[in-house]
Amino acid sequence: MIWKIFLFLLLAFVSIAGIIFPIVEKPEAWYEFPFIPGLEENAKIIFFHVPTAWLTVIAFLMSTIFSFRYLRKKNLDEDAKAYSAAQLGMIFCILATVTGAIWAKFAWGSFWSWDPRQTSIFALLLIYGALFALRSSIESEEKRATLSSVYSLIAFVTVPFFIFIMPRIMKGLHPGSADDTNAGPVVDFKMNSNMQLIFFLSLIGFTILYFWMWKVGYKSIIYRDKLNNQLLIPTKSGQGG
Amino acid sequence: MDKNKHINIDFSQSKFFMISKSFALFKKDFSSELRTRYAINSLAMFIIVAISVILFSIGNEKITESLTGGLFWVVIFFTAMSGLARAFVSEEERGTSLTLQLISAPSTVFTGKLMFNVILVFCMNTVIALLYSALFEEFVIRNFTLFLLTFILGNFGLAISSTIIAAIIAKAGAKGTLYPVLSFPILLPLILTSVQLTLFSFDGTSFEEAKFELAIVVGYDVIMLTASYMLFDFIWKD
Repeated sequence: MIWKIFLFLLLAFVSIAGIIFPIVEKPEAWYEFPFIPGLEENAKIIFFHVPTAWLTVIAFLMSTIFSFRYLRKKNLDEDAKAYSAAQLGMIFCILATVTGAIWAKFAWGSFWSWDPRQTSIFALLLIYGALFALRSSIESEEKRATLSSVYSLIAFVTVPFFIFIMPRIMKGLHPGSADDTNAGPVVDFKMNSNMQLIFFLSLIGFTILYFWMWKVGYKSIIYRDKLNNQLLIPTKSGQGG
Repeated sequence: MDKNKHINIDFSQSKFFMISKSFALFKKDFSSELRTRYAINSLAMFIIVAISVILFSIGNEKITESLTGGLFWVVIFFTAMSGLARAFVSEEERGTSLTLQLISAPSTVFTGKLMFNVILVFCMNTVIALLYSALFEEFVIRNFTLFLLTFILGNFGLAISSTIIAAIIAKAGAKGTLYPVLSFPILLPLILTSVQLTLFSFDGTSFEEAKFELAIVVGYDVIMLTASYMLFDFIWKD
């Protein structure tokens, strides 16, 4: 219980501090953020955009790992864990896309410009969408778990290609791209110490939140499947939210 | 038990036997295809329909080289999606997949189906390429060897990925609409790179400059082939 209160306070602090702390030319007080050329006032969205993108990757990785474990052990609990991770991954993927698009509107001038990162996250959205479409089309539990595990492993295998291909095909705008000249805040930190502190607190807070949600998610799926099996009601369990 | 060991040679494990078995499976698919001509007819009609829709919508407009290269792969992708799912779906529809499971190993079945799909993809893409070079003014290949290499490698990748997805679709209850949805994210790296390579061959780019993209397509083919063989066992065994 204690850590839940702690998490609430942490996320509340991060949200409030991230939004209301002012950005000034020469930060002196502890609550002032530095003025970063090229980012300006947009810099504040970093506290929300980077953690969601980070969790998208974590969730995708976890869903793949648990899919792999399901195929080895054939334990339906592993599939529930993979599915729960994929659900959260989808949510964070949408959040990262939306916050990224908002940031792009103010930093690059348009919501969507097929930057390598934008294309990659679009591909990830497609993969998640396809995974859920596949899951909802199969009734048998074992079959659904096996086929979706196989699909997520195949999808995982293709992901590294995006990292190599995209920069060759499109020009990068996102910090950290291959032809990035004004190295952004992700590459070398132009943030001062209090900005870094809030950034990492936000990252930690969102990661704890993710693991909590993931645990609640997979447990509820396992319990629902158990109940359905006990009642012997032939329902399509494990499909809805 | 040990005395009889030399007699119990497991013939099905022998490599030569496996290949001949998958070739028999390929021949079965081929002759049943020749009898009904279902896939060939639907693919041919799809190609004609798709290309004529593109030609109608272009009209007298002059389109750029890069658009032609992109449209070339659009037609290839959707044609593949319309016909390649047959390989496994037909087995499920006729209820013959259980028999196949009894008489041969999963990898044998996959090899046979892959052979059939590779032939189908090569036939269909050759027709598309010929039609494009006849009907589109901008479809001028300046580096023919590069185009041929792209064509061959891209076709192999397309056949491999669509075969493994077809197996998933067949087990999921032959949902036709799901096939392009599942295939597109998997094929996206291949299609993007192939479009790029096709544009290079239009521009007459040398091999040296296209080395990186070719390496990606080769890597894609190898990795997808390995992953497919490893994962097909799980799909195929009920």
